[in-house]
Amino acid sequence: MALSREQLAMRVAQELQDGFYVNLGIGIPTLVANYVPEGMEVMLQSENGLLGMGPFPTEDEVDADMINAGKQTVTTITGASIFSSAESFAMIRGGHVDLTVLGAFEVDVNGSIASWMIPGKLIKGMGGAMDLVAGADNIIVTMTHADKHGNSKLLNECTLPLTGAGCIKKVVTDLAYLEIEDGQFILKERAPGVSVEEIVSKTAGKLVVPDHVPEMNV
Amino acid sequence: MSGFNKVVGSYEEAMAGLEDGMTIIAGGFGLCGIPEGCIAQIKKMGTKELTIVSNNCGVDGFGLGILLEDKQIKKMVSSYVGENKLFEDQLLAGELEVELTPQGTLAEKMRAGGAGIPAFYTATGYGTPVGDGKEVREFNGRNYILEEAITGDYAIVKGWKADTYGNVIYRHTAQNFNPMAATAGKITIVEVEEIVEPGELDPTQIHTPGIYVDRLIQGSFEKRIEQRTVRA
Repeated sequence: MALSREQLAMRVAQELQDGFYVNLGIGIPTLVANYVPEGMEVMLQSENGLLGMGPFPTEDEVDADMINAGKQTVTTITGASIFSSAESFAMIRGGHVDLTVLGAFEVDVNGSIASWMIPGKLIKGMGGAMDLVAGADNIIVTMTHADKHGNSKLLNECTLPLTGAGCIKKVVTDLAYLEIEDGQFILKERAPGVSVEEIVSKTAGKLVVPDHVPEMNV
Repeated sequence: MSGFNKVVGSYEEAMAGLEDGMTIIAGGFGLCGIPEGCIAQIKKMGTKELTIVSNNCGVDGFGLGILLEDKQIKKMVSSYVGENKLFEDQLLAGELEVELTPQGTLAEKMRAGGAGIPAFYTATGYGTPVGDGKEVREFNGRNYILEEAITGDYAIVKGWKADTYGNVIYRHTAQNFNPMAATAGKITIVEVEEIVEPGELDPTQIHTPGIYVDRLIQGSFEKRIEQRTVRA
């Protein structure tokens, strides 16, 4: 069975470490915050200028001056800090954020990512995504393995305009966890009940399949 | 003689001198920390052919979105747009130009502009459409593109508190692009919720020193929320 959105977030959460500063993109990445292991301290960075983002506010706590990068009202946790956009992207570009999780349309064997622009459709902009992929060393891309027409999103070369070139090393899809190394995908884990054959058939980019591919623990 | 007193009494005075074709740098992220009063005044003045540098362009009927209603904006320099129908319509009709700029690059362009640095190298956008046509240089085995700084004829900024000398403090995430915008205008206008006497703000806590501020006005703010999310 392909992973649900929640299971995808659970698998990504296994990459968290105590004391990590983490930037979570919009969509599935946001759900990762719900699966921080008990007793682990993680601080969420929101690129509009907040480190230490907390949960949504209660009705009484709602404050128009306190939002996240998705423009949602949020709160802060103890030990949070707030700063300017330039400071926020100094953190991101400077490689100070320990883990970045974001979605994508396509990823290729060279670690390039396309996530912001589909030619012919209205282009709304890249927001902070290009800065995030350029600045972070430890990035996890979360996405479905194939699009809704069954076309693979793991390619030899991205077909859509890039968000960043050669910057992605880890991908968690609804079918598998893969790493990118030396111009190929390496199948590290498969979703529970998903066969290696299915993953191979839905991966267009060069894929290395080790002798043993364990099931994910989700 | 007004010395360091930056306070003006009206938005007419605050935005005086703004002309067609000028470039305005605006603080704000979404609808958070936007200079509502200055934007309303620009609408009232009817100034046209404006280039506006701002992370977003408001929504239909609020924020910078209201300047689209009378087609006052010629070009937006932003990282994310299109939360408004009018914006889409004018873009598709070719009446509006957009220069999409990565958010961190946009913040740094303003910062550099205000700090007298004409351009800088960044890895952001290398190998993407953003890097097309830009100078590439390799440092320590990695490729970077040259991005030019931005300055504006006017900068419009939303603060929380300021003293009459124009020393400004921002509140929560309403800070966002405002401190950089404040440095990058030939004329910088700051509107705040409260103006206090010099000495009332702790010098250590000032975000924007008064040297950057030319005109200061006390406004009242609707502070509309774009995505109201709550927990039970």
